[in-house]
Amino acid sequence: MPFVFALLLLFTKDDGAKRVALAASVIEFILCIVAYYFLRQQQATGNEDARLFINIGWISSIGVNFNVALDGISMVLVLLTCFLIPLIILCGYEKKQRHPSYFYALILFMQMALIGVFVARDGFLFYIFWELALIPIYFICLIWGGENRGTITFKFFLYTTLGSLFMLAALIYLYLNTSVGETGIHTFNIQALAEAGRGLSLTQQSCVFWGLFLAFAIKMPVFPFHTWQPDTYYNAPTQGTMLLSGIMLKMGTYGLIRWLLPMCPDALNYWGATVVGLSIISIIYASFMAIAQKDFKRLIAYSSIAHVGLIAAGVLVFLPLKENTEGITGAIVQMFSHGINVVGLFLISDIIFSRMNTFEMAKLGGIRNVAPKFAAFFLIIMMGSVALPLTNGFVGEFLLISGIYKYSAFAAGCAGLTIIFGAVYMLRGYQFIMLGEIKSNTSLFTPLTKIETVTLVIISCAVIFFGVCPNLILDLVRSDVNALVREIKLK
Amino acid sequence: MKVILLLSVLGLLALFAELFRFKKILYPIILIGLAGAIALAISYWFFDDGAMTPYFTGMVDGKHQIPTAANAIGHSFNQMLAFGPSSVLFSVIILSTAFLWFVMSKGFFNNNSTNTDHYALIMFALVGAIILTCYTNMTMLFLGIEILSIPLYVLAGSKKSDPLSNESAFKYFILGSFASGFLLFGITLIYGASGSFDLKTIGTFINTSQEAIPSFFYAGILLILVGLLFKLAAAPFHFWAPDVYQGAPTPITAFMSTVVKTAAIVAIIRLFLSTTFSGADAFWVPVLGVITGLTLVVGNVTAAAQNNVKRMLAFSSISHAGFLLLGVTALCGFSAKAIVFYTAAYSIGSIATFTVLINIMHQTGSDAIESFNGLGKRNPLMAFILTIALFSLAGIPPTAGFFAKYYILTAAMTGGHNWLAIIGILSSLVGIYYYFKIIIAMYFKKPTDESLITINKQHQLLLIVTAVIIFLLGLLPDLILSIGDIDRASIEVSTTNILFLYA
Repeated sequence: MPFVFALLLLFTKDDGAKRVALAASVIEFILCIVAYYFLRQQQATGNEDARLFINIGWISSIGVNFNVALDGISMVLVLLTCFLIPLIILCGYEKKQRHPSYFYALILFMQMALIGVFVARDGFLFYIFWELALIPIYFICLIWGGENRGTITFKFFLYTTLGSLFMLAALIYLYLNTSVGETGIHTFNIQALAEAGRGLSLTQQSCVFWGLFLAFAIKMPVFPFHTWQPDTYYNAPTQGTMLLSGIMLKMGTYGLIRWLLPMCPDALNYWGATVVGLSIISIIYASFMAIAQKDFKRLIAYSSIAHVGLIAAGVLVFLPLKENTEGITGAIVQMFSHGINVVGLFLISDIIFSRMNTFEMAKLGGIRNVAPKFAAFFLIIMMGSVALPLTNGFVGEFLLISGIYKYSAFAAGCAGLTIIFGAVYMLRGYQFIMLGEIKSNTSLFTPLTKIETVTLVIISCAVIFFGVCPNLILDLVRSDVNALVREIKLK
Repeated sequence: MKVILLLSVLGLLALFAELFRFKKILYPIILIGLAGAIALAISYWFFDDGAMTPYFTGMVDGKHQIPTAANAIGHSFNQMLAFGPSSVLFSVIILSTAFLWFVMSKGFFNNNSTNTDHYALIMFALVGAIILTCYTNMTMLFLGIEILSIPLYVLAGSKKSDPLSNESAFKYFILGSFASGFLLFGITLIYGASGSFDLKTIGTFINTSQEAIPSFFYAGILLILVGLLFKLAAAPFHFWAPDVYQGAPTPITAFMSTVVKTAAIVAIIRLFLSTTFSGADAFWVPVLGVITGLTLVVGNVTAAAQNNVKRMLAFSSISHAGFLLLGVTALCGFSAKAIVFYTAAYSIGSIATFTVLINIMHQTGSDAIESFNGLGKRNPLMAFILTIALFSLAGIPPTAGFFAKYYILTAAMTGGHNWLAIIGILSSLVGIYYYFKIIIAMYFKKPTDESLITINKQHQLLLIVTAVIIFLLGLLPDLILSIGDIDRASIEVSTTNILFLYA
């Protein structure tokens, strides 16, 4: 599958880069739907282990295979990626960009790497894609970013690479502990790695656990590893921010589910309270920060930390109770919805910025009176973000909190604050920007263009559609979550 | 052996060129000669009825064996040299690097067109390097080191009017002779204990007289180690490197940090990763472990503080030496493999970096990091390929450098040196910091001078070739790693998925 992108990437060097890029991403989306259809068909036959996969030898001398597979969990994230990339490209459609061909080539390159991360079933391949995803976003932020981009993107790069290197060390450690078959070569196959991980003693597992957790926690980011995030989001170009928040941070949460849980369950059991505590601190801290923000884009950045903290908590509370699958299912659903919502929110902030030239909420106000249509879209997306019933955010957050409740009522109480706080800062933002009296600058708010309208309509429809029928996703992942749970055994 | 003869003949030819006035065609002759030498070295693979023993299967208990008369291909000069599989691999790496290096430094030879002895000196240095890949006797080790070093003392000072260059040559010479003295003293002590210069006999001596080894034998090992580590510029024997690298003409710096480094590490491998000294590993592994850690930290941390690119590369080459030593310290079956790959990846990345550096220095007249400002606009091709090369040196996938680092780290962890591996990881993070300083300067900083930077066709081709090799090694590392044991990968594709494979 990812081969497609590499090929399409070559064409984007042409002048009509954005058109080609858009076409490429739409084709990819269609392909993704086809894959979805095939996967559902396999699942419909009652096959528990339904997945599409490719497994070819790559570096056979050290047991690395090009091993990719698409099961329900991966499918959700691949769908999200393929759904968002065309929208992200559409967002920049009307803006003049320097070097558009490079820009869109990087975005498509990024898409390839992201899909690679979500489908890889080989530790080494996973690491390669993980790092590959970092390179295009680094250049997107560096070349097209705002002021101060040099130092800020650099901090971001160094921070995430630090995490990745520890992950690499952890993966190599597991690799060296895999059983040597008749070939005499260790293997990076995910199942072998997981078996090796479960065979380790608690201390060894803890080392592996922290190695992996550090990488994922920095990527998500979870308090106290979040310091790179607000500045980077703020200074990145809008599309870069969308890629970062909409898709890239899902790499971290996906990594928790796919790699951390099966590799070191005992260590997770032991350290569970600590990491769940960190996630919950991260929720509360980020919510307070969001409430205190005067700047809308920063507000969204902090809200993103809060949401992802909830997702992380939902995944990490999984262990003590074996039957606690709500947390994971909720996390997957919420990853999908949060991706859509946050991209919607950043799009809205971008639309405001392109007209008013400021993100500062105090300088805005009364836009609703000038642009009622825009206000309606904003309202819908915001409702999704604060998890109102019948929007997509509700299902995920409900499942997550009920999962956390099984773990500890107190933790659930704290985590539940996120909904209340979320409503506080979001509504506050809405109130400042859209309601109130028309100010001199906001009276000049020009109506939405066609492309902006189309993008907003698609996002708003998705918000409501997945709120009304979340079963599309729930059915998709159910059997795979169960399989994952069965695989994990405590000592 | 023919390789050594051929290189010596080329060297002599270069000396005569002045006399018989054919120095204009000397450059192509040398290039063709080098290509011939590479071909000769490769042809050793096929000597053994085409069923060459794969290099890496020559391991016993995870230790690489010195080829004996029975399994070596060219055992000659009274058992002084043996051209085993490892010699072939390293020779090919050294000679190919030298070939690319020649393409890179055409300007250097043209500027000094009054005398052709530079060609001769380089050729003799290469002879020394090849001897280091295949010695089986301590005297040959010493000779190889000296043959390699003496031409470089001269070449480092070849910018006669530049006081920095003179300082560089002088420093290199004084400290280099000092190190050679250490090496010689060490060899003497070992001879005193074991009664032999022959590597195999020394190895047997360690194994047979475990209890009765005199303590001055260990002192000998230490002294030899000091002498070799000096050549490799490992901390704490690295103080000469920054000044010498900065003062010497840039092509010579490139030569020192690629070919000489490879030769020095192969000399160490042949002593320490072979049956010679591996019997005494309980003694030298901890020592080398400390030195490795120190080298990694010192090299990277000081490199991060540099503003002069040439000096920064000098310090970064120290840190790469640290990674190579990490492979030796690991002392596992994987070590030699990892080091082979690392030297190849490092040499290629360095050649590309130095090519760009030479062009920039030529046109802006400075090697400060500011002279890279805005290169992304002033010459996009150069900036792009330098980015790839720096990615490779910093160890970011999917470049060759990443796999090199990966193999070294795996070797270290297999050998049980987890702490050293973690130091390696942290220090390579610092490495990313200073390599990215250049990338940021290229794409982000405004240049003082907007004019385009031109580059000749030959260098352009060289850069493209190096970039292709970096990616090739990065995507298909098996090209080097499994020479000799071709393994058809099993392909496993379920029916409906064929669609996606093609899609």
